[in-house]
Amino acid sequence: MLKKRGFLFELNKNKIMFAMLIPTVLFFLINSYFPMVGIYYAFTSYDFAGGLFGSPFVGLDNFKFLYQSGILWKLTLNTIGYNLVFIVIGNALSIAIAILISEIRGKLFKKLTQSIMFLPYFMSFVLLSVLAYNMFNFESGFVNQLLKSMGLAAVDIYNTPWLWPILITLFYIWKNLGYSMVIYLASIMGISDEYYEAAKIDGANILQRIWHITVPMLKPTFVVLLLFALGSIMKGQFDLFYQLVGNNGLLYNVTDIIDTYVYRSLKVNFDIGMATAAGLYQSLFGFVLIMTVNAIIRKINEDYALF
Amino acid sequence: MKDNQAGMSLSFKIISYVIISFLSLACLFPFLLMISGSLTSNESIIRDGFHLIPQVFSLEGYNMVFTFPDQLIKAYSVTIFVTVVGTVTGLFLITMAGYVLQRKDFKYRNKFSFFIYFTTLFGGGLVPWYIMITNYFNLGDTYAVLILPGLMTPFLIILMKNFIKSAVPDELFDSAKIDGANDFRIYYSIVLKLSMPGIATVGLFLALSYWNDWFLSSLFINDSSKYQLQYYLYNMINTMLFVSQMSSGTGVTLAQEIPTESTKMAMAIVVTGPIVFLYPFIQRYFVKGLTVGAVKG
Repeated sequence: MLKKRGFLFELNKNKIMFAMLIPTVLFFLINSYFPMVGIYYAFTSYDFAGGLFGSPFVGLDNFKFLYQSGILWKLTLNTIGYNLVFIVIGNALSIAIAILISEIRGKLFKKLTQSIMFLPYFMSFVLLSVLAYNMFNFESGFVNQLLKSMGLAAVDIYNTPWLWPILITLFYIWKNLGYSMVIYLASIMGISDEYYEAAKIDGANILQRIWHITVPMLKPTFVVLLLFALGSIMKGQFDLFYQLVGNNGLLYNVTDIIDTYVYRSLKVNFDIGMATAAGLYQSLFGFVLIMTVNAIIRKINEDYALF
Repeated sequence: MKDNQAGMSLSFKIISYVIISFLSLACLFPFLLMISGSLTSNESIIRDGFHLIPQVFSLEGYNMVFTFPDQLIKAYSVTIFVTVVGTVTGLFLITMAGYVLQRKDFKYRNKFSFFIYFTTLFGGGLVPWYIMITNYFNLGDTYAVLILPGLMTPFLIILMKNFIKSAVPDELFDSAKIDGANDFRIYYSIVLKLSMPGIATVGLFLALSYWNDWFLSSLFINDSSKYQLQYYLYNMINTMLFVSQMSSGTGVTLAQEIPTESTKMAMAIVVTGPIVFLYPFIQRYFVKGLTVGAVKG
């Protein structure tokens, strides 16, 4: 009772601020919380006539099917595998490049190259698929032209599954390098010159200065980016995969992630129950993962924990 | 010892210049290939493939794009409309939420923050969301469905909240209140003015995601006059692919009449154009805003 009065009192005192939050609250209610009710589809064999509660209840059959067909395992492996590679290689490379570019003094060169590296981040994923096409397609693609001009046989890249993990990783790095590099560069710029001057006087060479000053100073930025990345490890870069691979069934084994599977089940196969089940699995798995990671980080260093 | 140090610094610098130059070229390369492709005659692309310098120069791709410009213009106007309305509305809502959530005298700010943040932890997934929007809100084939879902994200609200926290000192709120300003007035006459770099950054994030979006069209739009630019490009590329495969399979010489390859590249250039022109201005703000907002976490 007392608590309730407290809320009403607050509401009355700050009614303008509460009013200012109404659109945001409504937005998240509608866009994020209402659809949670639809999780029920995962336990039905959906038919369009029945709707949400009119479709026959089938319990865990959808999950059982996903599990027994081996799809779930493959999707999980692909999703987590790609994301881990993206996180490790992506961060290592952006830190390295940020350090290199911070050592460059030529202003024009620095600005120009930074802009060029940031450019792919601004491009749409549809454009990415066009670029991939004119690099890799069998007849006229640049790569095959190059192979032919060197007297080698052309490769049907869109028919060669084992190449795709490499290609997708390369495109991911190509698109995101500039963005994360700039974030790291910004934190390097924030490091006080005094540290470097002191190290110089002590006789530290450039590699020692980087290793003992720059790298440790980047740790907080790295941890924040890492946490965000781990938080969405079950959601994988849908646009990237879908635009590069599309509905090319030959490549599914190595390129299918949960998001592309769910999209296909919805748009191509109308497999509502199955698609919802896969989505729910993704959400729950991701949720448990974030909670675990956060708990571990909280134990190690409370300042770095997300919540 | 001193010389050794200087030598090391110098060689490190040379290595830096070489690696950075190489990476920049690698980032630029696919674009150059596309530009060259759009200026090459179709026959030459089919015969010699894509090259960095056009083997046979031709503008037929661009001619083809501008022969029937109605669809393209329509897609352009849809995207511009969606981007402008979505960005302005989104900015208004995000700044307002960010402002309230960082006010220390707003007792429930942590509860509301968690309400927003929780949506990144757990959700219903794509399918329930899709069914809700099409079957319960009947938003299929409307402009609203292209705008509403992208208005806000938890990440942008948190970015904005942190930005306002660092840009507007708490004492300003107190003194404005003493002067008799209400909370909304403080927001629009003080907070908005002091947070311009943060607003620019968040605005650019929003504008970019609206401009580059193809996903919402692909899910919800059947009426081709409501296609966004990127989805229009996506469809066109796939139809062209279809046309060229059809004609090569049946022996019909359709592909000869429609310069599919060079048209695709020309279309990609036309769709990307505006971003490339705005890019230098956009990038500067991005870097500035990210430096202040994101790095602090």
